Amino acid sequence: MTVLLIAEVSRIDGGSDVNMDATAKAMTAAAQLGEVHVLVAGEGVTGDGAATLEGAAKVLVADDALYANGLAEPVADLVVGLAGGYSHIVAPSTAAAKNVLPRIAALLDVMILPDVSGIVDADTFQRPIYAGNAIQTVRSSDAVKVLTIRTAGFEAAATTGSAPIEAVSAAGDPGLSSFVEDKVAESDRPELTSAGRVVSGGRGIGSEEDFAMVEKLADALGAAVGASRAAVDSGYAPNDWQVGQTGKVVAPELYVAVGISGAIQHLAGMKDSKVIVAINKDEDAPIFQIADYGLVADLFEAVPELTQKAS
Amino acid sequence: MKILVPVKRVIDYNVKVRVKADGSGVDLANVKMSMNPFDEIAVEEAIRLKEKGVADEVVAVSIGTKKNQETLRTALAMGADRAILIVAAEDVHDDIEPLAVAKLLKAVVDEERPDLVLAGKQAIDNDMNATGQMLAALLGWPQATFASEVAIEGGRATVTREVDGGLQTIRVGLPAIVTVDLRLNEPRYASLPNIMKAKKKPLEEKTPQDYGVDVSPRLAVTATAEPDVRKAGVMVASVDELISKLKNEAGVL
Ligand SMILES: Cc1cc2nc3c(=O)[nH]c(=O)nc-3n(C[C@H](O)[C@H](O)[C@H](O)COP(=O)(O)OP(=O)(O)OC[C@H]3O[C@@H](n4cnc5c(N)ncnc54)[C@H](O)[C@@H]3O)c2cc1C
Ligand SMILES: Nc1ncnc2c1ncn2[C@@H]1O[C@H](COP(=O)(O)O)[C@@H](O)[C@H]1O
Repeated sequence: MTVLLIAEVSRIDGGSDVNMDATAKAMTAAAQLGEVHVLVAGEGVTGDGAATLEGAAKVLVADDALYANGLAEPVADLVVGLAGGYSHIVAPSTAAAKNVLPRIAALLDVMILPDVSGIVDADTFQRPIYAGNAIQTVRSSDAVKVLTIRTAGFEAAATTGSAPIEAVSAAGDPGLSSFVEDKVAESDRPELTSAGRVVSGGRGIGSEEDFAMVEKLADALGAAVGASRAAVDSGYAPNDWQVGQTGKVVAPELYVAVGISGAIQHLAGMKDSKVIVAINKDEDAPIFQIADYGLVADLFEAVPELTQKAS
Repeated sequence: MKILVPVKRVIDYNVKVRVKADGSGVDLANVKMSMNPFDEIAVEEAIRLKEKGVADEVVAVSIGTKKNQETLRTALAMGADRAILIVAAEDVHDDIEPLAVAKLLKAVVDEERPDLVLAGKQAIDNDMNATGQMLAALLGWPQATFASEVAIEGGRATVTREVDGGLQTIRVGLPAIVTVDLRLNEPRYASLPNIMKAKKKPLEEKTPQDYGVDVSPRLAVTATAEPDVRKAGVMVASVDELISKLKNEAGVL
């Protein structure tokens, strides 16, 4: 059995490159299924990083302007063109993969297995449903299995390998969609889904200005910043900070929830964190039921004090 | 222009989900069901496009049991013009997979010829996030997923999408599939007079056989289990105690 792993390609420092953390975690899952070929599609991509992933037997590089912005239609056509001979098509469960993989699956007339959190065998997978309130085990009868991997559940594969790199030519341009612009915030903070520590703020922060307090605590701890949906909807934090059922899933060593009540949709994105700290003025807030350490306090006093004493 | 909006009937997002004791699934007997929250946003967007004069007809479609009538009546009360119900299951516990839903929706699109399909990004029961993309694939149409802004002009849609690094704007030619994210709009509540009016709006009933679509599942569910529960933690009295616990007990500082 040979597996095609689609590398996550992000814009890094003005160019495009493989997001090694997400791809290495998906590699760990993919390697349980068979020999792995990694596809790197983008503009100006090299495949050098992907070639170091332990478990990669070969890296395929599709370097073409057509793939510069991850548009679903051309990427899906490329993958479907390469799909013959693969038993599984796998990608880390990122926004880009969630956009493209269901399209690939439908073109192959197979179901998609999104957000796989456990691999039982080559046909059988576990995935959370109902915001993680249940874990379903499903067996696929499809000829090709198309799955996205919930990266929080897998360790990153080592980067000590040296797989051969092969260029693959681009598929045609379906001409269905075009790129207009990206609004991507550059930040020196660790990336949310791979950070070892995360500090998240909720509606309790009360304003965009005061959200800076959460960012200061994050910086003191060397943490990434997250947010609840309510904080994002209220304009305190950008959309890509949202943690939860319909946002990002994180599992850091330390997760600090500030002014977050603990709705199930939020818990879905962070309850696999190793140590959870909750700061909330309401002692009955549901977040305390899953927190390892709970502090009932006014965040406007506790957060600056914690920031100062933890730095 | 005509807009098609697929709406799913799901467990209400406020209900605490329980796994059945025999591990055969989640208990949906006698629990509150509602329209999938993302689909309310899609219906709202379609109605706003109609109010702006961009669209002239909004058709809601739902696939599931007879009970999905309720969900479609909600869409009609919000302002959709008519509804199509495809009765594909006897029991609410038999969920129809996104691939089968997409095949049924393709058949509806072939008949109705809408210029735009506005779907939810994700159904909050199965958390698949797949149907819109699959439908786009089957139709050979462009897709713009996770939309937080949609502008329609000159036969094209300019869509801002919520992606991992922030926002991406793309342009797609119509007809197209757009799936909507949380921040696109705030759905309205249906007023009482509109709920009454909705009872008289057309609601057509169909079956998968009418469209010649096989809805048999590709995935067999072998078990449904409760997730691991976290063991209860402790309350600390002060920031100093918190820091000391994080350093000395948890070892994470
Ligand atoms: C379809 C759908 C998808 C969703 N997806 C997500 C998701 O992905 N992620 C997500 O987070 N949510 C999601 N939600 C929303 C979720 O249901 C909750 O509404 C949201 O998580 C609440 O955010 P919050 O905890 O910040 O706000 P609130 O529930 O309003 O809680 C604010 C908390 O702050 C505390 N507080 C206030 N002032 C202070 C103070 N001075 N000091 C200390 N504490 C204070 C309060 O006691 C309260 O507990 C989704 C909802 C739906 C319907
Ligand atoms: N049974 C269904 N009936 C109508 N629409 C559906 C159904 N299932 C999924 N959809 C649509 O597809 C979207 C995504 O669902 P899913 O792919 O299941 O997460 C939903 O928000 C709906 O717009």
